[in-house]
Amino acid sequence: MVAIEALADKFNYWVYIVIMMIGLYAMVSKNNLIKKLIGMSVFQTAIILFYVSIGYKDEATIPILYHDQVHGAHHAEEGDHSDEGAHHDETHAMEAIAKEATHHGNDHAVDADHAEVDEHEADHVIDAHVMHNESDHAFEAGHGGLDIDPNQFENPLVHVLMLTAIVVGVATLGVGLAITQKLYGEFGTIEEHEIIEQLRTGND
Amino acid sequence: MKFLGLLTVLITGFLLIQAERDFPDWGDVNSPASSYKLSQHYITQTFAETSVPNMVTAVLADYRGYDTMFETVVIFTAGIAIIGILRVFGSNIKPDHPEVVLTKKKPDLIVETTCRLLIPIIQLFALYVVAHGHHSPGGGFQGGVIFGASFILLALARDLQYAQQWVPENRILNLAGIGIFIYAGFGVASLLLGGNFLDYGVLTAIIPGDVKDAHSHSMLGVEIGVAFTVTAIMFSIYSSLSSNGHMKEGI
Repeated sequence: MVAIEALADKFNYWVYIVIMMIGLYAMVSKNNLIKKLIGMSVFQTAIILFYVSIGYKDEATIPILYHDQVHGAHHAEEGDHSDEGAHHDETHAMEAIAKEATHHGNDHAVDADHAEVDEHEADHVIDAHVMHNESDHAFEAGHGGLDIDPNQFENPLVHVLMLTAIVVGVATLGVGLAITQKLYGEFGTIEEHEIIEQLRTGND
Repeated sequence: MKFLGLLTVLITGFLLIQAERDFPDWGDVNSPASSYKLSQHYITQTFAETSVPNMVTAVLADYRGYDTMFETVVIFTAGIAIIGILRVFGSNIKPDHPEVVLTKKKPDLIVETTCRLLIPIIQLFALYVVAHGHHSPGGGFQGGVIFGASFILLALARDLQYAQQWVPENRILNLAGIGIFIYAGFGVASLLLGGNFLDYGVLTAIIPGDVKDAHSHSMLGVEIGVAFTVTAIMFSIYSSLSSNGHMKEGI
């Protein structure tokens, strides 16, 4: 049961590894050059699946703002002031937590080890709080008239990277096909071992 | 050899699966890639900074403008490389093996009529995808591929020579170059106006509107440049591969 859950949680990553290995096997051990190119394409597709899976968030949609979110935002003020306010809040909260943490540490100062552990914990608390605050901050400063929750949209960066990867994939596939066609014109075969044989015996 | 390949693949796959344990769960909003400030900045600030609702296009054409420009150059280089590898000049050079000789028949009525109806719609849709790419899914690469596909459809339905009446070889390569010139032109224009290369904000001097509008409109211009190159190179790759470099007797 645990194994199935572990599989389901990372299903896309399992699938990407399987697809990628199929492509790698085709590239490594097939003799036919066209089959090698098919393997290369399968490999690239696996990488695209991997990246897009990274960018996926539960209950998120594609990274394009809704019409309602955009509508009327042109005349809205920039979010600079709220930015400052959020920053102030953040430093305030940090000070408060630090104070609390030192207070907490003093209580247990008798035992040095304990104090260290507590300080460590306090650090963690501050870290967590800062991170939390930062995401709030991004959320608040994000509007400039808009309310955008970063978890509402998928990660756009991986989509951009994969868009360019697809382009490179098309370019490499095209060049590979052109080379294969030229080799076929030259040797009359697209089997790798036959080409090597002809090269070895000296093609007239 | 096959066994060695299988062994390599299995070992690599095993190592990858071992590494996969450390991955965050699929769809986890707190995974490093999703919680990192850069992608959150893209999501929350893109519209405030560029007034473009499609974040993918904004990141592609603005934040990562260099990357996309050289991506276009990669496409262009691939097209040139394919022509360099395959192109055969003159008609008297014959390859060793007999070429497939297609009997010249009158084009099929149904195919011809369907293409006559479809191709204008495909091209119109391609222009829409390019022009509306920063507001809805789309952009220069996608629109360019659709536009190139319309010419490929024409070449498939009739023959390559018929399609080349509209897109002859020299014109197609000029188009590919013009695309990159348009893209780089936006970069040089922003250099001349005192900004960084591809820093569209300073283009307010020549583009009406405020800084956000300058970003938005420059993205459209850049996407048009990309579309030119992609259209040209897609058809160029097809015509080179299908005619075995002769650019005449295609499929």
